[in-house]
Amino acid sequence: MKNNSILYIGILIFGIAAPFVFPAFKVQLSILCVLIVLATTWNIQGGEMGYNSFGNILFYGLGMYLCASVQVGMFFPLAEWTESGGEKTFVHTPAQFFQGMAVGLLVAAVVPTIVAGLIGYSILGLRGHYFAICTLGLGVAAGEISGGIEIIGAGQGFTTPPFPDVGSLDSRGEFFYFLSFFTLVLTFIAVRSIYSTRFKLILNAIRDNEDKAEAMGIETMKYKIIGWMISAFFCGLAGGIMGGLVGYIDSTDVAFDGREMGVFMVLMAILGGKGTLWGPIIGATVFHIFKEGFWTFFLGWQYVALGVLIVVIVIYFPEGIMGWLREKYPERFGEVVDEKDRKAQVELK
Amino acid sequence: MDFMVFQYPMISVQACLDGILLGILFALIAYGMALQWGVMNIINIAQGDLVILGGYIAYFMYLYGIHPAWGVIVAPVIMYFVGIAIYKLVINKVVDRDLFISILATFGISILFMQLMNFAFGADVVLANSDYGTTMLFNNNVVLPNSKIFSAFISILFAICLVIYMKKSKLGRAIRATAQNARAAKILGVDTEKVYAATFGINAALCGVAGALISITFTIHPYMGLPYTIRSFMIVIVAGLGNLPGVAMSGMGLGVFEEFADYILGTEFRIGSVFLLLVLILIYRRFKLSRKREYLK
Repeated sequence: MKNNSILYIGILIFGIAAPFVFPAFKVQLSILCVLIVLATTWNIQGGEMGYNSFGNILFYGLGMYLCASVQVGMFFPLAEWTESGGEKTFVHTPAQFFQGMAVGLLVAAVVPTIVAGLIGYSILGLRGHYFAICTLGLGVAAGEISGGIEIIGAGQGFTTPPFPDVGSLDSRGEFFYFLSFFTLVLTFIAVRSIYSTRFKLILNAIRDNEDKAEAMGIETMKYKIIGWMISAFFCGLAGGIMGGLVGYIDSTDVAFDGREMGVFMVLMAILGGKGTLWGPIIGATVFHIFKEGFWTFFLGWQYVALGVLIVVIVIYFPEGIMGWLREKYPERFGEVVDEKDRKAQVELK
Repeated sequence: MDFMVFQYPMISVQACLDGILLGILFALIAYGMALQWGVMNIINIAQGDLVILGGYIAYFMYLYGIHPAWGVIVAPVIMYFVGIAIYKLVINKVVDRDLFISILATFGISILFMQLMNFAFGADVVLANSDYGTTMLFNNNVVLPNSKIFSAFISILFAICLVIYMKKSKLGRAIRATAQNARAAKILGVDTEKVYAATFGINAALCGVAGALISITFTIHPYMGLPYTIRSFMIVIVAGLGNLPGVAMSGMGLGVFEEFADYILGTEFRIGSVFLLLVLILIYRRFKLSRKREYLK
């Protein structure tokens, strides 16, 4: 326990000091925070509940559009803003920008949660691959439909409000870094406290055998919907922040980007180890470093690398980093290993 | 929203005929998916990308001066070996595992193919011009390109040939036996590994035929694969595995639906409406099944 608190304080200090120690990596670190949030929340229903969704991108994109629309719509007419060049006519004052951002993030988190609750009853009744394909369809449909809606920029995209002039040039990066880091801390605390309750055990029961869980008297549907809503809450929040960070929203390339973000969150959770607290965090960090390296040095080949990576991870490494560690050092995870068993295993190898 | 389609009945006729001819093509792709889903219990997300790859084969023949209709014969032969290569490299490692693993692995293949095609053939929308002309019907009110009629005819021909092959040949019997019970087939001396490879190859070959026909009748683009996967998945779940007339009917239904969605909602919502229809069908199926479960109580 003592080790853990030292670890947490260390990470917290690193997180607060990071933008000042590595000023060049501020944007990358903010994206990393968002990626960790996405992977961790995907893990709630993908890893713990066993409902492998490709559709969490729906909440992410919804949050992104909602946050930006609210931030603009509170002060200026939205339709004129999204017409090309509108963002040059209207300028947010700092107070307007931060107010809009606060309200926007709130809406971006709450509305996807409600949406998840509403569609949850019909969609979470699907099992296995039907659920996976249905959520895949949902994500793509959302992207295609939002690309046809005129008021949020349709095909030409939506420029989010530019960061106001508050004196220092570094303040934009710092603001978004601390915003995403704060969200990450919030997510971690929330997920960690969820994982220490009975709720997590119920989710695991649903993953292991849903029919048996139902027979034991658990209202599985209720818990499935709650699990999905928690996911949606943080996905929407992450989407809202990412929209402000990127500065530009396009329906299929940024917001509902099933080919990138939608796969990334699944891949990060699997790479780190599904169904563990630290797995998605480690997975996201490793993946982000790998991705940035590849995206920088092999530009153009990144999707080829991504495709190969998915196939390799899924076929040869489905347990993830945490699963591998667990097999290697079972004592660290609180498992008691019989000395005889271990010798037998070594002999087998 | 555009309701012209209801004011002029000839547009409805046009949409229906277009949709049926298009739907026959979808049904051919869905037949391939049903085959490998039934035999190997794998959902192949890369199905649509195999279709597009087949289309590029026909397109390249067109570029080198050969009539693209010959692609209908060349594409399946090449795609058969591509399918077997994919099976040997990836699919045989995921056959017996969790379905989600296979979905994710084929999703990876799909992304890989998409990007490789983008490198190799460029990101332009292309089509192979067949110069078949058009047919006018109903006092010149309905225009049907002959290439569409040709492609529907070829699709039906291939489907019938495959059905006969599955019924009569030794390999066809082995495939059907493996689909029914892989373990029992293995005990009785069927080399299931070979059967799986052949099944995936046949599926890829069907995709190749469909792709070649699509490149003649419509357009192809490296990123257009996923909608074809979703369409074939939808057709298979509506029709059910192993129900061939159902596959044909639901394929045509989907084609007609798409044409009408195109007219009424506008072309920009066409793909979106397909994906939305998938979600709606799955939800409908879920409530239908849950009602069935309640009877048991």
